[in-house]
Amino acid sequence: MAAETTPAKDPRSGRPPPAKAAAARSVVAASAEPAVVITGIVGRLGRRLARRLHREGRVIGIDRRPFEGRPKDIEHHQIDIRRKKTRDIFRGTPIRAVVHLGVMHDPRASASEHHTWNVAGFQKILEYVAQYEVPKLVLLSSANVYGPRPENPQFLTEDAPLLGGAAFSEIRDLVEIDMLAQSFFWKRPETETVILRPVHILGTVRNAPSNYLRLPVIPTLLGFDPMIQVLHEEDTVRAIELALRPGVRGVFNIAGPPPAPLSRVVKTVGRPTVPIPHAFAATMLKPLFQLRMASFPKPELDHIRYVCMVDDQKARETLGYAPSKSLEETVRAVDDGRWS
Amino acid sequence: MDTARELIRLGDVVRRDALPLARGLFRRARGAIDGVTSTLLGPELEQRLAQVSNQLAPHGVDPFGWDPDYARYAIAGATFLSRSYFRTIVSGIENLPEGRVLIVANHSGQLPLDGVIVAISVFLEAQPPRVVRAMVEKWAQTLPFVSTFFAKCGQVVGVPENAVRLLQRGEALLVFPEGTRGLAKTFQHRYQLTDFGLGFMRLALETDTPIVPLSIIGAEEQYISVANMRSLAKALHLPSFPVIPQLFIPGGQLPLPTRYRLHFGEPLHFRGDPDDDDSIIEEKVWVVKATIQAMLNKGLMERKSLFF
Repeated sequence: MAAETTPAKDPRSGRPPPAKAAAARSVVAASAEPAVVITGIVGRLGRRLARRLHREGRVIGIDRRPFEGRPKDIEHHQIDIRRKKTRDIFRGTPIRAVVHLGVMHDPRASASEHHTWNVAGFQKILEYVAQYEVPKLVLLSSANVYGPRPENPQFLTEDAPLLGGAAFSEIRDLVEIDMLAQSFFWKRPETETVILRPVHILGTVRNAPSNYLRLPVIPTLLGFDPMIQVLHEEDTVRAIELALRPGVRGVFNIAGPPPAPLSRVVKTVGRPTVPIPHAFAATMLKPLFQLRMASFPKPELDHIRYVCMVDDQKARETLGYAPSKSLEETVRAVDDGRWS
Repeated sequence: MDTARELIRLGDVVRRDALPLARGLFRRARGAIDGVTSTLLGPELEQRLAQVSNQLAPHGVDPFGWDPDYARYAIAGATFLSRSYFRTIVSGIENLPEGRVLIVANHSGQLPLDGVIVAISVFLEAQPPRVVRAMVEKWAQTLPFVSTFFAKCGQVVGVPENAVRLLQRGEALLVFPEGTRGLAKTFQHRYQLTDFGLGFMRLALETDTPIVPLSIIGAEEQYISVANMRSLAKALHLPSFPVIPQLFIPGGQLPLPTRYRLHFGEPLHFRGDPDDDDSIIEEKVWVVKATIQAMLNKGLMERKSLFF
């Protein structure tokens, strides 16, 4: 893999291969083999990706959380990506790709912490990628940047406007990161920038859709049953792996098995549901969320109200991506590892 | 203290007696509706439904949300409306080509029942049966039940992206270029086409889709509107505010049981640049409009009676 990366980049830039340049700068580099840097490696998706990648080559993790149960050959730096130390990692090691999974989406975090972590942190990463001539950058964005809206077409393509922040201010960070990566794509053609916009990722991950389906009684909105797309975490990791191949660049929507109505997805989980009128749910959810009795902020209700589905044709054609899990496997994956 | 005990007692009663009772009633009501639906549908319709389902939704639901298990109730209702209430006569259905097609029709009747009748007629008469897709207003998506109902019956949000995608899938799309202008027509303007929108023609040119003109006779008399109070409608944020005297007569709330006559004309093919100037597109639209108006005039001449 590594051997393919360097020559693939060479003819375009005309500069010495980045791996060599970086290696020359650092005499103390433990290994000359270019590494893949994964930010947010301790998250469940990051761990899965690291497990897949560390067999093939060097993997360096950056996360402010400790990496428990870390395989011996994965290098882990427990630091904040906003700190200067992050630069040392880029300076000291040849790097063949950066996978940015370290996007925070915690509706409880303070707005400024949220914003500086996501936007300032990612800006730093972009700066280092440009400065140390990393040939590949993969950002795991989300289909939520399009936002669930009543006027959405049934399937959104990659060039649809990113309106997710219109009703849900917490998501504006994610939209901003996505836009930063897009402008980086144009500003730095030497780096192959890939933006992945997956639909609702389900599995052992602790994200809103998985948590929603793990509720003991699943609330739905009375009279609303939008079509939903879900994606198994395993398929997400596979899409990232495909994006890491040399030559791949651009924005890709990633979808899983064929879409299904929310009612069918919920039925597959096999837990009782309770339909709630929207006006009531909207008024109740706000205080409940503030009192920490609900883990979903009010604007997330739109996800079980309106359609936000993507067209993944481009990923299928250009990336060679196809989901491997069925709807049942994907939805049931939210209960995996529950009892372990 | 006493109130708390009362509440607990009440909760027990609800849990022990009321809930099972409600559930039982619901199940029986559902069973009754299923029974009525089956008799209304009959074996022929069941077969047609299965034929469409196999083609559209091998996994149970098609990507646009069309759900055969849900749509069967709507089909049963619409079949009753079309066969027994409006006693629809369909002619020229053989003009409907296979694959993608735009069905362009006159719109009228205050309530868009004409859309329902066209959809059910194509489902009942076309060989093989087809699901007609119509474009629904965006705000309908914000209404509970309504949005679900439309989606499960195969109707999609009215945005150009959806129209293009459906035509590329080879589906039949129903368009009323008159829009609400046509729907709100007063009685004295019946069967006089109002201004046509240009969007459908650009869509047809872009996707190289044949246009099948359709004349709907009967819908324009179902509600007799003597006036349309535009300023009041505007103040109430309604698309129109018709004055319909029959609403004040008991039973007049139902549409008049006029006989519907649908005639599908021969498909029209257009060539050109979808991004042409409005004036060039207008000429092509005028051809379609004139065809439909001619079909309407001919149909009205041949019609002997409003109700039979």
